[in-house]
Amino acid sequence: MQIDEADRRILRHYLAEPDLSRGDLAERSGVTPATLWRRIERMSEGGAIKGLRAVIDWRRMGYEVEVSLRFTLDKTNPRAFDEFIEAARTVPEVIGIETFLGRVDVRLNVIARDMAHYQEVYRSRILALPHIAELEALMLISTIKDSEGLPL
Amino acid sequence: MIDLDDLDRAMLRALALDGALSAWELGRRLGLSQPAAWRRQKRLEEAGVIKGLRLEVDRTALGFGVTVFLGVKLAAKGRVSLEDFERAVSAIPEVQVVQHVLGMFDYRLRVVARDIADFERVLRRRIMTLPGVGNVEANVLLTEERRLGPIG
Repeated sequence: MQIDEADRRILRHYLAEPDLSRGDLAERSGVTPATLWRRIERMSEGGAIKGLRAVIDWRRMGYEVEVSLRFTLDKTNPRAFDEFIEAARTVPEVIGIETFLGRVDVRLNVIARDMAHYQEVYRSRILALPHIAELEALMLISTIKDSEGLPL
Repeated sequence: MIDLDDLDRAMLRALALDGALSAWELGRRLGLSQPAAWRRQKRLEEAGVIKGLRLEVDRTALGFGVTVFLGVKLAAKGRVSLEDFERAVSAIPEVQVVQHVLGMFDYRLRVVARDIADFERVLRRRIMTLPGVGNVEANVLLTEERRLGPIG
Protein backbone atom coordinates (compact mmCIF):
# COMPACT_ATOMS: atom_id res chain seq x y z
CA MET A 1 0.00 0.00 0.00
CA GLN A 2 1.05 3.62 -0.58
CA ILE A 3 2.37 5.44 2.49
CA ASP A 4 3.03 9.17 2.39
CA GLU A 5 5.06 11.51 4.58
CA ALA A 6 2.22 12.16 7.08
CA ASP A 7 1.60 8.40 7.43
CA ARG A 8 5.29 7.85 8.11
CA ARG A 9 5.24 10.58 10.76
CA ILE A 10 2.24 8.99 12.47
CA LEU A 11 3.83 5.53 12.35
CA ARG A 12 7.13 6.78 13.77
CA HIS A 13 5.40 8.19 16.86
CA TYR A 14 2.86 5.38 17.12
CA LEU A 15 5.55 2.64 16.95
CA ALA A 16 7.74 4.45 19.48
CA GLU A 17 4.92 5.10 21.97
CA PRO A 18 1.88 2.89 21.35
CA ASP A 19 0.45 3.92 24.75
CA LEU A 20 -0.07 7.54 23.68
CA SER A 21 -3.65 8.75 23.64
CA ARG A 22 -5.05 9.49 20.19
CA GLY A 23 -5.04 13.20 21.04
CA ASP A 24 -1.35 13.26 21.96
CA LEU A 25 -0.45 11.09 18.99
CA ALA A 26 -2.25 13.49 16.63
CA GLU A 27 -0.53 16.50 18.16
CA ARG A 28 2.96 14.97 17.93
CA SER A 29 2.36 13.81 14.38
CA GLY A 30 1.19 17.30 13.42
CA VAL A 31 -2.25 16.24 12.17
CA THR A 32 -5.79 16.78 13.45
CA PRO A 33 -7.42 13.96 15.46
CA ALA A 34 -9.87 13.38 12.59
CA THR A 35 -7.01 13.02 10.08
CA LEU A 36 -5.15 10.72 12.45
CA TRP A 37 -8.21 8.49 12.89
CA ARG A 38 -8.79 8.36 9.12
CA ARG A 39 -5.17 7.52 8.31
CA ILE A 40 -4.88 4.82 11.00
CA GLU A 41 -8.14 3.30 9.70
CA ARG A 42 -6.79 3.33 6.15
CA MET A 43 -3.47 1.74 7.17
CA SER A 44 -5.30 -0.90 9.20
CA GLU A 45 -7.60 -1.74 6.30
CA GLY A 46 -4.63 -1.85 3.93
CA GLY A 47 -2.87 -4.29 6.27
CA ALA A 48 0.13 -2.09 7.10
CA ILE A 49 -1.09 -1.80 10.72
CA LYS A 50 -2.03 -5.16 12.20
CA GLY A 51 -3.12 -3.96 15.61
CA LEU A 52 -2.24 -3.25 19.22
CA ARG A 53 -1.21 -6.07 21.51
CA ALA A 54 -0.78 -6.03 25.27
CA VAL A 55 2.78 -6.97 26.26
CA ILE A 56 2.88 -9.46 29.11
CA ASP A 57 5.71 -9.33 31.62
CA TRP A 58 6.44 -13.03 32.19
CA ARG A 59 8.77 -12.26 35.10
CA ARG A 60 5.87 -10.65 36.94
CA MET A 61 3.88 -13.79 36.21
CA GLY A 62 6.53 -15.83 38.02
CA TYR A 63 8.54 -16.95 34.98
CA GLU A 64 12.11 -16.00 35.87
CA VAL A 65 13.93 -17.93 33.16
CA GLU A 66 13.87 -17.17 29.41
CA VAL A 67 15.90 -19.22 26.96
CA SER A 68 16.34 -18.92 23.22
CA LEU A 69 16.70 -22.44 21.78
CA ARG A 70 18.17 -22.65 18.28
CA PHE A 71 17.53 -25.81 16.29
CA THR A 72 18.96 -27.38 13.18
CA LEU A 73 16.48 -29.91 11.84
CA ASP A 74 16.99 -33.17 10.00
CA LYS A 75 15.93 -31.96 6.57
CA THR A 76 16.11 -35.37 4.90
CA ASN A 77 12.48 -35.59 6.02
CA PRO A 78 10.37 -33.19 3.92
CA ARG A 79 7.82 -32.89 6.74
CA ALA A 80 10.46 -32.01 9.34
CA PHE A 81 9.60 -28.27 9.63
CA ASP A 82 5.83 -28.78 9.77
CA GLU A 83 5.96 -31.62 12.26
CA PHE A 84 8.49 -29.87 14.49
CA ILE A 85 6.47 -26.63 14.58
CA GLU A 86 3.19 -28.45 15.14
CA ALA A 87 4.69 -30.26 18.14
CA ALA A 88 6.33 -27.09 19.49
CA ARG A 89 2.92 -25.35 19.50
CA THR A 90 1.66 -27.86 22.07
CA VAL A 91 4.33 -26.88 24.63
CA PRO A 92 2.78 -24.18 26.88
CA GLU A 93 6.18 -22.75 27.84
CA VAL A 94 6.93 -21.83 24.21
CA ILE A 95 6.11 -18.13 23.71
CA GLY A 96 7.61 -17.67 20.25
CA ILE A 97 8.43 -19.70 17.14
CA GLU A 98 10.62 -18.31 14.36
CA THR A 99 11.96 -19.96 11.21
CA PHE A 100 15.16 -18.88 9.47
CA LEU A 101 17.32 -19.08 6.42
CA GLY A 102 20.84 -19.70 7.67
CA ARG A 103 22.68 -22.06 9.98
CA VAL A 104 19.69 -22.07 12.35
CA ASP A 105 16.40 -23.52 11.04
CA VAL A 106 14.03 -22.76 13.91
CA ARG A 107 14.21 -20.80 17.13
CA LEU A 108 11.93 -21.35 20.11
CA ASN A 109 11.53 -18.81 22.87
CA VAL A 110 10.95 -20.79 26.05
CA ILE A 111 10.08 -19.51 29.53
CA ALA A 112 10.20 -21.33 32.85
CA ARG A 113 9.54 -20.50 36.50
CA ASP A 114 13.09 -21.37 37.59
CA MET A 115 16.04 -23.54 36.53
CA ALA A 116 14.49 -26.71 37.94
CA HIS A 117 11.32 -26.08 35.95
CA TYR A 118 13.38 -25.24 32.86
CA GLN A 119 15.28 -28.49 33.15
CA GLU A 120 12.00 -30.39 33.39
CA VAL A 121 10.55 -28.63 30.31
CA TYR A 122 13.81 -29.11 28.41
CA ARG A 123 14.06 -32.82 29.14
CA SER A 124 10.44 -33.88 28.90
CA ARG A 125 9.07 -31.54 26.21
CA ILE A 126 11.89 -29.97 24.17
CA LEU A 127 14.12 -32.99 23.64
CA ALA A 128 10.98 -34.95 22.71
CA LEU A 129 10.30 -32.68 19.69
CA PRO A 130 10.67 -34.49 16.35
CA HIS A 131 13.48 -34.18 13.74
CA ILE A 132 16.08 -32.36 15.88
CA ALA A 133 19.59 -32.64 14.38
CA GLU A 134 21.31 -30.09 16.61
CA LEU A 135 20.31 -27.57 19.23
CA GLU A 136 21.98 -24.90 21.29
CA ALA A 137 20.72 -22.61 24.02
CA LEU A 138 21.18 -18.91 24.69
CA MET A 139 20.02 -17.89 28.14
CA LEU A 140 18.61 -14.39 28.39
CA ILE A 141 20.45 -12.21 30.88
CA SER A 142 18.78 -8.90 30.08
CA THR A 143 16.86 -7.11 27.35
CA ILE A 144 18.50 -3.77 26.59
CA LYS A 145 16.26 -2.68 23.74
CA ASP A 146 12.94 -4.06 22.54
CA SER A 147 11.09 -1.90 20.07
CA GLU A 148 9.02 -2.25 16.93
CA GLY A 149 10.49 1.00 15.63
CA LEU A 150 11.37 1.29 11.93
CA PRO A 151 13.73 3.85 10.34
CA LEU A 152 10.84 5.35 8.32
CA MET B 1 4.03 -11.69 41.84
CA ILE B 2 0.25 -11.50 41.99
CA ASP B 3 -2.28 -14.30 42.09
CA LEU B 4 -4.27 -14.58 38.91
CA ASP B 5 -7.61 -16.29 38.54
CA ASP B 6 -9.19 -17.69 35.39
CA LEU B 7 -10.85 -14.37 34.56
CA ASP B 8 -7.51 -12.56 34.80
CA ARG B 9 -5.96 -15.09 32.44
CA ALA B 10 -8.88 -14.79 30.03
CA MET B 11 -8.44 -11.01 30.12
CA LEU B 12 -4.70 -11.31 29.41
CA ARG B 13 -5.43 -13.63 26.48
CA ALA B 14 -7.95 -11.17 25.03
CA LEU B 15 -5.64 -8.17 25.46
CA ALA B 16 -2.57 -10.01 24.09
CA LEU B 17 -4.54 -10.52 20.87
CA ASP B 18 -6.16 -7.06 20.84
CA GLY B 19 -4.75 -4.46 23.20
CA ALA B 20 -7.24 -1.85 22.04
CA LEU B 21 -10.32 -3.61 23.44
CA SER B 22 -12.56 -1.29 25.46
CA ALA B 23 -13.58 -2.12 29.03
CA TRP B 24 -17.12 -2.52 27.70
CA GLU B 25 -16.05 -5.09 25.09
CA LEU B 26 -13.79 -6.91 27.59
CA GLY B 27 -16.66 -7.06 30.06
CA ARG B 28 -19.04 -8.39 27.40
CA ARG B 29 -16.62 -11.18 26.48
CA LEU B 30 -15.81 -12.16 30.05
CA GLY B 31 -19.29 -11.75 31.48
CA LEU B 32 -18.35 -8.78 33.67
CA SER B 33 -19.81 -5.31 34.03
CA GLN B 34 -17.85 -2.53 32.37
CA PRO B 35 -16.56 -1.09 35.71
CA ALA B 36 -15.55 -4.58 36.94
CA ALA B 37 -13.63 -5.25 33.72
CA TRP B 38 -11.98 -1.82 33.97
CA ARG B 39 -10.90 -2.46 37.59
CA ARG B 40 -9.41 -5.83 36.69
CA GLN B 41 -7.49 -4.40 33.74
CA LYS B 42 -6.13 -1.57 35.95
CA ARG B 43 -5.06 -4.11 38.57
CA LEU B 44 -3.12 -6.13 35.96
CA GLU B 45 -1.47 -2.95 34.68
CA GLU B 46 -0.59 -1.72 38.15
CA ALA B 47 0.89 -5.11 39.11
CA GLY B 48 3.10 -4.80 36.03
CA VAL B 49 1.76 -8.01 34.48
CA ILE B 50 0.77 -5.91 31.47
CA LYS B 51 3.92 -3.96 30.59
CA GLY B 52 2.30 -1.80 27.99
CA LEU B 53 1.23 -1.96 24.38
CA ARG B 54 3.01 -2.99 21.23
CA LEU B 55 1.96 -1.82 17.78
CA GLU B 56 2.21 -4.68 15.33
CA VAL B 57 2.80 -3.65 11.72
CA ASP B 58 3.45 -5.46 8.47
CA ARG B 59 7.11 -4.55 8.03
CA THR B 60 7.17 -5.76 4.42
CA ALA B 61 4.19 -3.57 3.53
CA LEU B 62 6.09 -0.59 4.97
CA GLY B 63 9.14 -1.31 2.83
CA PHE B 64 11.23 -3.35 5.26
CA GLY B 65 11.33 -6.73 3.56
CA VAL B 66 14.26 -8.18 5.47
CA THR B 67 14.58 -9.03 9.17
CA VAL B 68 17.82 -10.62 10.34
CA PHE B 69 18.79 -12.02 13.71
CA LEU B 70 22.43 -11.54 14.53
CA GLY B 71 24.40 -13.44 17.11
CA VAL B 72 27.29 -11.22 18.20
CA LYS B 73 30.37 -12.34 20.05
CA LEU B 74 32.51 -9.61 21.58
CA ALA B 75 36.16 -9.81 20.52
CA ALA B 76 38.05 -8.71 23.59
CA LYS B 77 36.02 -9.40 26.69
CA GLY B 78 37.06 -7.49 29.74
CA ARG B 79 38.69 -4.79 27.65
CA VAL B 80 35.52 -3.48 26.05
CA SER B 81 32.88 -2.06 28.29
CA LEU B 82 29.52 -3.76 27.82
CA GLU B 83 27.84 -0.42 28.46
CA ASP B 84 29.70 1.19 25.53
CA PHE B 85 28.69 -1.62 23.20
CA GLU B 86 25.08 -1.58 24.42
CA ARG B 87 24.77 2.19 24.09
CA ALA B 88 26.21 2.21 20.57
CA VAL B 89 24.18 -0.74 19.29
CA SER B 90 20.91 0.54 20.82
CA ALA B 91 21.36 3.85 18.98
CA ILE B 92 21.25 2.19 15.55
CA PRO B 93 17.72 2.79 14.18
CA GLU B 94 17.68 -0.48 12.21
CA VAL B 95 18.35 -2.47 15.40
CA GLN B 96 15.00 -3.23 17.05
CA VAL B 97 16.05 -5.69 19.71
CA VAL B 98 19.23 -5.99 21.81
CA GLN B 99 19.51 -8.86 24.27
CA HIS B 100 22.45 -9.77 26.47
CA VAL B 101 22.68 -13.57 26.47
CA LEU B 102 24.74 -16.38 27.91
CA GLY B 103 25.91 -19.07 25.52
CA MET B 104 27.87 -19.19 22.30
CA PHE B 105 27.12 -15.49 21.69
CA ASP B 106 27.15 -12.46 23.94
CA TYR B 107 24.33 -10.53 22.27
CA ARG B 108 21.29 -11.22 20.11
CA LEU B 109 20.14 -8.45 17.79
CA ARG B 110 17.07 -8.09 15.59
CA VAL B 111 17.88 -5.91 12.59
CA VAL B 112 15.41 -4.64 9.97
CA ALA B 113 16.41 -3.58 6.46
CA ARG B 114 14.72 -2.67 3.18
CA ASP B 115 16.39 -5.53 1.30
CA ILE B 116 19.53 -7.67 1.41
CA ALA B 117 21.68 -4.87 -0.07
CA ASP B 118 20.42 -2.49 2.62
CA PHE B 119 21.12 -5.14 5.27
CA GLU B 120 24.68 -5.49 4.00
CA ARG B 121 25.12 -1.71 4.35
CA VAL B 122 23.82 -1.79 7.96
CA LEU B 123 26.02 -4.78 8.78
CA ARG B 124 29.21 -3.30 7.32
CA ARG B 125 28.83 0.33 8.29
CA ARG B 126 26.95 0.12 11.57
CA ILE B 127 27.34 -3.32 13.16
CA MET B 128 30.90 -4.34 12.22
CA THR B 129 32.18 -0.93 13.34
CA LEU B 130 30.73 -1.25 16.87
CA PRO B 131 33.26 -1.13 19.72
CA GLY B 132 34.49 -4.62 20.59
CA VAL B 133 32.46 -6.54 18.03
CA GLY B 134 33.95 -9.95 17.11
CA ASN B 135 32.25 -12.89 15.46
CA VAL B 136 28.82 -12.25 13.94
CA GLU B 137 26.36 -14.90 12.74
CA ALA B 138 23.35 -13.90 10.65
CA ASN B 139 20.09 -15.78 10.20
CA VAL B 140 17.40 -14.31 7.94
CA LEU B 141 13.91 -14.45 9.46
CA LEU B 142 11.37 -16.30 7.32
CA THR B 143 8.33 -16.58 9.62
CA GLU B 144 7.52 -15.58 13.17
CA GLU B 145 4.72 -16.59 15.44
CA ARG B 146 4.02 -15.25 18.91
CA ARG B 147 2.32 -17.72 21.22
CA LEU B 148 0.17 -17.04 24.27
CA GLY B 149 2.41 -19.37 26.26
CA PRO B 150 1.21 -20.49 29.69
CA ILE B 151 -1.96 -18.33 29.49
CA GLY B 152 -3.04 -19.86 26.15
